[in-house]
Amino acid sequence: MNTLIEIKKLKKDYYVGEVTVHALRGVDMLVSEGEFVAIMGASGSGKSTMLNILGCLDKPTDGAYILDGMNISDLSRNQLASYRNRKLGFVFQSYNLLPRTSALDNVELPLLYNSSVSAKERRERALHSLELVGLLDRMHHKPNQLSGGQQQRVAIARSLINDPVVILADEATGNLDTRTSFEIMALFQDLNDKGKTVVFVTHEADIAKCAKRNIIFKDGMILRENIVSDRILANEMLATIPVEVDI
Amino acid sequence: MSIKNLLKIALAALLRNKMRAFLTMLGIIIGVASVIAMLGIGQGSKMSIQQQIAGMGLNLVSVVPGSQQRGGVQFGASTMQSLKENDVNAILSDCPSVLAVTPEVRGSGQVVFGSANWPTSLYGENESYLQIRERSVQSGRMFTDREITSASKVCLLGATVVKNLFGAGADPVGSIIRFKKVPFLVIGVLSPKGLNTFGQDQDDLLLAPYTTVQKRVLAITYIQGIFTSAIDSKSTDIAAKQIEETVRRQHKLKATDQDDFSIRNQTELLSTFSSVSDILTVLLGVIAGISLLVGGIGIMNIMYVSVTERTREIGLRMAIGGKGIDILLQFLTESILLSVTGGIIGIILGIVASKIIGSVMAWPVIILPGSEILSFAVCTVIGVFFGWYPARKASSLDPIDALRYE
Repeated sequence: MNTLIEIKKLKKDYYVGEVTVHALRGVDMLVSEGEFVAIMGASGSGKSTMLNILGCLDKPTDGAYILDGMNISDLSRNQLASYRNRKLGFVFQSYNLLPRTSALDNVELPLLYNSSVSAKERRERALHSLELVGLLDRMHHKPNQLSGGQQQRVAIARSLINDPVVILADEATGNLDTRTSFEIMALFQDLNDKGKTVVFVTHEADIAKCAKRNIIFKDGMILRENIVSDRILANEMLATIPVEVDI
Repeated sequence: MSIKNLLKIALAALLRNKMRAFLTMLGIIIGVASVIAMLGIGQGSKMSIQQQIAGMGLNLVSVVPGSQQRGGVQFGASTMQSLKENDVNAILSDCPSVLAVTPEVRGSGQVVFGSANWPTSLYGENESYLQIRERSVQSGRMFTDREITSASKVCLLGATVVKNLFGAGADPVGSIIRFKKVPFLVIGVLSPKGLNTFGQDQDDLLLAPYTTVQKRVLAITYIQGIFTSAIDSKSTDIAAKQIEETVRRQHKLKATDQDDFSIRNQTELLSTFSSVSDILTVLLGVIAGISLLVGGIGIMNIMYVSVTERTREIGLRMAIGGKGIDILLQFLTESILLSVTGGIIGIILGIVASKIIGSVMAWPVIILPGSEILSFAVCTVIGVFFGWYPARKASSLDPIDALRYE
């Protein structure tokens, strides 16, 4: 397996007034291609900071972060934006879809910032992404015409359109009920089976068990790491959860 | 980012809030429409004043008797009898910049035909009058040189006189009318000219050979004014200078003597009126410009609200690869699209409004071809100027903070 993410002695400090907050105090981490990693931790443990850095939205204060062979610390703000555009897929807790914009247009959005992709190719890839998440029949629906789970699937389709090396999900199931959460996890597992690397942050133990490996943060450091032995297959889990019926 | 994608993004963002986009544009629409209409009205009034003054004879240079001192007493200008027929001939022969000259004598009184009568003015002129005053004969003919020499009792009528003596549409040519008991044969009718700038009816007159008016009506030998036409409108100043020298020589004035006449030309009048209507145009333009400015501030305000409201959208765009410059250009494009679209609608509306105002109020309205282009340019500048600061704010957001913004 090729190493995709390599983090060495990574530190991140924030300066709030005169107080220095050490959000990350020396993290070492490796993620290989095709992995499915869940990052867990209490609030303030540094897991969100870690995800921001993994997502190239923030640069470390010290240490190295090498993503797909590129040291992120060497890149400028604009270069980071381009790198995110080509290498990363984001899934957020609150979906962050553009309101009053069709699912198809929402999915196309990242490619509008990549001028090497033609309008025709953009459309084709958006349709393919929507097909992967099973929402091809809803492509002209606007976010307010979709359920929470469907909106999150549109967001996942959007994260897939640039064929990223890794999908980063931040509490992607945080706003969803249990059943829908497992539907989303089933989708992630399916994508992971197809070879996509997935890194996500969660604080729900059940959801974390859907991953292949868990990394637990505490006080800005990795507390422990473990391979998930009793991995939950979301599809099997779904069979045990009854579908809620409208009365 | 390509321009095509940029336009697609900005347009989609605007179309998500159609009502708001329209209301934002409304400020610009009203601003531009009023600028166009106000400048149109201002230009129209300027043009009409110019035309009327030009209609009085733009090349006109007139000589009237001036006030004069005799034995220490200053005499009023109108009482002077200093201008003579010889002056007219001298001007015609000695002033190369003068094209045509007519003496003028005037009398006012009641003109009578049958049972109808009408108070009017009788103007005694020579045959150059039509050319100098830019008038023409509608029916009949002008009097001839011979009729001037012989002081024939012939006259031409203005349209107002015809209407009041003969009734509208009647042909008075061949009739005999009386002015101060002197019978005149009507030989022609002047084309109507309407009111002049000062509201005087230019058709309320009788026109006769000056010799006839001098000898048979007023019984005088002097003339009351000399009207000349310069070879073109640029030569009026030179013509005035030449006339002054000629008349001074004729009047045998010494170098130390005052002029016993005064010379006027229309260019002064024209520039006075032009500057008045220029002030009017500037005033209207400034008021309209202020409304355009308010419209621009409206855009800035909405763009500001929009940036705050769409903070998470901006965060998302940055996360998925939008650079600072992309975000800046997006918001700038949005504000330019708003102002330019508003500007185009405003130009159309302004032209339509001008035409309506022009036809309803019977005001002349002239849309200068430059004013649309100018408005268009101003709108683009407004879009950039008022869009810049909000766009700048949007592009400088931190993606992490923006994504978390509630």
